[in-house]
Amino acid sequence: MATSSADRRIDRISGTAIPLRGNNIDTDRIIPARYLKAITFEGLGEHVFEDDRASMPDHPFENPAYAGASILVVNENFGSGSSREHAPQALKRWGIGACVGESFSEIFLGNATTIGLPCATADAEGVERLMASAEGNPRTHLTLSVAGGRVEAGGHFVPIRMPDAVREALLSGQWDATALLLDRFDEVRAVSARLPYVAGF
Amino acid sequence: MSRRTLLQKVWDLHTVRRLPTGQTQLFIGLHLIHEVTTPQAFDMLRARGAGVAFPERTYATVDHIVPTRDQGRPFADELAEQMMAALERNCREFGIRFADLGSDRQGIVHVIGPELGLTQPGMTIACGDSHTSTHGAFGAVAFGIGTSQVRDVLASQSLAIDPLKVRRITVSGTLGPGVYAKDVILEIIARLGVKGGVGFAYEYGGPAIEQMSMDERMTVCNMSIEGGARAGYVNPDETTFRYLAGRPFAPEGDAFERAKQWWASMASDDGAPYDDEVVIDGDAIEPRVTWGINPGQSVGVSERIPDPGASATEEAQADADAGALGEALDFMGFAAGAPIAGTKVDVAFVGSCTNSRLTDLREAARVVRGQRIAPHVRALAVPGSKAVRQAAEAEGLHEVFLEAGFEWRGAGCSMCLAMNPDRLNGREVCASSSNRNFKGRQGSPTGRTLLMSPAMVAAAAVSGEVTDVRRMLG
Ligand code: SF4
Repeated sequence: MATSSADRRIDRISGTAIPLRGNNIDTDRIIPARYLKAITFEGLGEHVFEDDRASMPDHPFENPAYAGASILVVNENFGSGSSREHAPQALKRWGIGACVGESFSEIFLGNATTIGLPCATADAEGVERLMASAEGNPRTHLTLSVAGGRVEAGGHFVPIRMPDAVREALLSGQWDATALLLDRFDEVRAVSARLPYVAGF
Repeated sequence: MSRRTLLQKVWDLHTVRRLPTGQTQLFIGLHLIHEVTTPQAFDMLRARGAGVAFPERTYATVDHIVPTRDQGRPFADELAEQMMAALERNCREFGIRFADLGSDRQGIVHVIGPELGLTQPGMTIACGDSHTSTHGAFGAVAFGIGTSQVRDVLASQSLAIDPLKVRRITVSGTLGPGVYAKDVILEIIARLGVKGGVGFAYEYGGPAIEQMSMDERMTVCNMSIEGGARAGYVNPDETTFRYLAGRPFAPEGDAFERAKQWWASMASDDGAPYDDEVVIDGDAIEPRVTWGINPGQSVGVSERIPDPGASATEEAQADADAGALGEALDFMGFAAGAPIAGTKVDVAFVGSCTNSRLTDLREAARVVRGQRIAPHVRALAVPGSKAVRQAAEAEGLHEVFLEAGFEWRGAGCSMCLAMNPDRLNGREVCASSSNRNFKGRQGSPTGRTLLMSPAMVAAAAVSGEVTDVRRMLG
C-alpha cells in the first residue's frame, strides 16, 4: 500500500461552510442516477446536486459566495436512499472535506467514512447556528476538530458527535478498512470453515 | 443458552473479530455484484495488487443499465456498453460466475439471488445496492454496501460494520382482498417514518406476514431501507423451505434435510429480547398510494392528501415537519386535502426488484385481463428476470398485457431509475410498483412517481387515474 495509516489520519478540517437546508435530502438528489453510468468516480464533482441546482436558482451550490467551501452543513437524514458511494464521492470531489448535520442515513455515513469524509452530528440548535453564520457571512472561517468533538466558527463553539468507531477510524487513519480486514485472514478462513452452508451441509 | 434473535445468531456465527475501531469484522456468506457499483471496486483492488479472496462466494449479474427492448451488443449507449464490458472483464479476470445477458439466469440481482437458491436462511449477504435487504425474506442478514465496501468484501470476504438493533414488527390479522405486501410496507414506513429504522434491522412477523408467499415477503423486506432500516428479515419457516427446494444452488437430498434443520434453528427464539416492538393491524390496511417525494408520504386510497395547514395527521407527524409536506406538494403540484383517488396518471410501470416477480405479474394481469388501458396512458410490464419472463409467458400473461395495450419487456431495472432507455418525460405522473418516489428518480428531473402495488398500477393503467383496485377485482 502506498501510504501508511499514519499518513491518513484525519482530525482537523478548516475552511468556509456551505449551508444546505432541508430534511431527507436523498442520494438521487446529491448525484442523479445518470451519472452512475461510468466506470470511474472522476468528474462527479461538477454534477453534484445537478437537478436541484437547475430547478432552484438560489441553491447554495449555485451561489458563488460559497465557492471553495469545505464544510457542508445539513439538517436531518441527509443521504437517505440508495447505497451509491457516488454521493459522498461527488461531494468530496466538489471540494467538501467534512459534513455536519442533525442526522445522516446509515449507508451514507459508512460510505463517507470509508473514503475519509468525516460526517458529524450536532443538535438542531448547533446546526442552525452554523447555517446562520455561513448565511450571514459566507467567508466565516470554521475549524472542525474530530478529536476535540467541536466546530469552531468565528469564535463560537458547536459541539459535534460521531460514532466511536468512526472517530477512531478517522483519528487512527484506518478509515480505509481493507488492510485491517486482511490483517488476520486466517481468522476469516476459520469462520468460513465453521459455516455449514459453506461446506454444502 | 439465552434466547436470541435471528440477527444475533447470524451475527455471532459470522463474527471474525472485534476491530480496533470497535466495529465488528463480519464474514459475508454471499456477495452479489452488478455493473453499477463494482468497476471502481475492482480497480481499487488492482491498484493494491489484491485478489478476490473467495470468488466462489461471489455471483454477478447485469440489471441497471440493460435496455429492456433492444439488447443487441454493443449497446446504443456507449457508457452502458463500457460498464458491461468492465464487468465482463472483471468476472473473467477474477474467476467470478456471471449471469450475463446471454444467460437464462440474468435478471435484477435481488430477483435472481433467491430464484437461483443462492439466497438462503442464516447467511450474511452483501451487495452494492441498498435493496439487498430483499434477501432478508429468507431469514438472511442482508444489507447494501458502498463501492469501497464492495472492494473490502472482494478482498477479504468480510466487512467492518456496527452491530444493529432489532425492532420486531408484528403484522396481525389477515390482509383483505386487493391488499398486498406493498401496502403493508408502505403503511409501516408511513407509521414509523423514513428514518425511523436507522440503526435497526426490522424483523417482520405475525399472522399476516406468516401467510405471505416468499414473493410477498421479499416485497416487504425490499423496502426496509426506505424506512431507514439497513436490513429487514422474516424468520424462515416451511414456506421458505418449500420455495428453496429444487432451486439450482439449493442443497439436494439428504443435504437439503440437514440444511432445513439448521435453517430452522437460526430463527429467533420465542421470547428473544427485542430493542423495540411495534404491532400493526393487518386487517385495517387498505391499498396505499404515495402522494409525495419520499416513500413515507403515502395515504390509503380512500384518504386525502395531507394538508400541512390542518391538524397534524399521523403521517405528518412521522414526517416531522410541515415544511417537508409543503415542498412535496409543490413538487407534485397536488392540492392539499384533495382525494388521492382520481389523480390522473400518464405512465404505468409494473416492475423493479420490489414487485416484478411472477405473483406480482399475475396480480396485475388479473386486473387488466380483458380490459384496455386508458388511451392517454403508456404502460410497461417488465419482468424482474429472464426466468420470471419465461414463467409468465408459459401462463400466457404476456398476452394479457399485450392485449390490454401494455408493452411487454425484457428483464431489468427499467423505469425504476434512469440508467437505461426507459424513463419519464417532463412532468409525467407515473403509477409505479417500484420503491422510490424521489425527485428525478425515474429519469425526468420534474417527473412524478406514485408508488403502489402492481395491482393498483394495473388499475390506474386501465382507468387512467388512481383507482381503488378492490372495486375492479370481481
Ligand atoms: S429495480 Fe430499482 S431499486 Fe431495484 S436494484 Fe434495480 S434500480 Fe435498484
